Amino acid sequence: MSAKRVIEIRSLNKSFGDFRALTGVDLDVSLGERIVICGPSGSGKSTLIRCVNGLEDYDSGHIEVDGISLAERGSVQRVRAEVGMVFQQFNLFPHLSVLENLTLGPMKTRGLSRKDAEALAMEYLGRVRIPEQAHKRPRDLSGGQQQRVAIARSLCMKPKIMLFDEPTSALDPEMISEVLDVMVELAEEGMTMLVVTHEMGFARRVADRMVFMDGGEIVETGTPSAVFDAPRSKRFRAFLDKIIHH
Amino acid sequence: MTGSLRRWALLPGFLLLAGCGGSGGTWGWYVVDPGTPQGRSNVEFLIGGFWATIQLSLVAAALSMLIGLLVALPGMSANRWLRLPSRIYIEFIRAIPLLPMLFWVFYGLPVVMRSFGVPVTIDAFWGAVITLAISDSAFTAEIYRAGIQSIPKGQTEAARTVGLSYSQTMRYVVLPQAIRRILPPLANQFIYIVKMSAFASVIGMQELTRRANELVVTEYRPLEIYSLLILEYLVLVLVISFFVRWLERKMGSDESR
Repeated sequence: MSAKRVIEIRSLNKSFGDFRALTGVDLDVSLGERIVICGPSGSGKSTLIRCVNGLEDYDSGHIEVDGISLAERGSVQRVRAEVGMVFQQFNLFPHLSVLENLTLGPMKTRGLSRKDAEALAMEYLGRVRIPEQAHKRPRDLSGGQQQRVAIARSLCMKPKIMLFDEPTSALDPEMISEVLDVMVELAEEGMTMLVVTHEMGFARRVADRMVFMDGGEIVETGTPSAVFDAPRSKRFRAFLDKIIHH
Repeated sequence: MTGSLRRWALLPGFLLLAGCGGSGGTWGWYVVDPGTPQGRSNVEFLIGGFWATIQLSLVAAALSMLIGLLVALPGMSANRWLRLPSRIYIEFIRAIPLLPMLFWVFYGLPVVMRSFGVPVTIDAFWGAVITLAISDSAFTAEIYRAGIQSIPKGQTEAARTVGLSYSQTMRYVVLPQAIRRILPPLANQFIYIVKMSAFASVIGMQELTRRANELVVTEYRPLEIYSLLILEYLVLVLVISFFVRWLERKMGSDESR
């Protein structure tokens, strides 16, 4: 791949006490690339993407995002300006309206006026197809709608890279597709995406590359068709068997 | 609440009856009987302490809330060197009984200040305010900490990922949510301050208790005067307590909205 490299991760190690969450992880991501990370729980996939925007510290190794090394003092704030994140539990601000959830970041960190921030917010609410919910509180929305608001909230910061940490795992089954549809559109627009998910249909459809993690290591990586049709490692095969047959 | 209030309202009536019951002249409600000129001026003298007690409590509570926040915030830092002073402050202040601290502040602190070349005099009011505020701030700090830590970590993470700084995250995301859980216990703590303000009487501040003490010395009717004193605090605390309930209801309904 000749495109510009936007994320560079080198021999990343992290432990929580005695538990080794990440062991010698290397990963490069190019601009516009869509990467789906899967693996059993506790395999380190969430920890890995949380390291990318500095929500999690690492013990040793090297991360560079859009040319900014996370080891530099004060770099975290700059990196976060480029990286959006969507969480499993949505994490919308319950005391603010949907619109205020979206305008808070642009107004406080980008210095936008309320009017401009609201125009921007309405544009993105339109893109996730819920502009009519703008003045409701998050708790009055369904899970799928809340997650779409969360995606729009991240996009309002105009990030170069989007991280998704199991964005559909907390949703009722009938709401998963409305969130995945928004993510597919985002992928089609060329957004650089790192997605932790077990939605293998989504992975087949949009991923340029699959990354399978287990025990804090990257065990297998390749294009979706390559890894799904001919998984090389026993651990990946066992994992696929489990999630496909359940 | 209204039921228990009605029961409390019976108390003065009961005491009055006991007093008029003529059990050998041991009661003498005449000292605080508004019907007589002397009793009336006595009652006015006692009630005249309300304002000082309220003023003292309000200023001390406001200061305590401010100090408490300044102590609580570094106490939640990931950096243990920021956490440590906060922990030490809370443990140390919590261990000092109010009365010795009051003596130390009132008699000792001006000496300390003078030795640093700052000649200040501390009057009874400010001596009591400083003591109450500092003593109470250890508790308000813990209330803040509990309230702030009850807000899920995901809220902070989401705020940080949309680019907010630490102080912006606190101001726009965490504190507005935590305040609903912090205010009721904080208001409760105010009741404690009102009661503890009675200690200010020993350094000569003219609040409710001091006035009662002075009247006892001239009238020599401790039972009646202290009974009235207790009723004065009861009224004050009941008013605050009603306010706290109202606040809790308001906050509660806000949350479930």
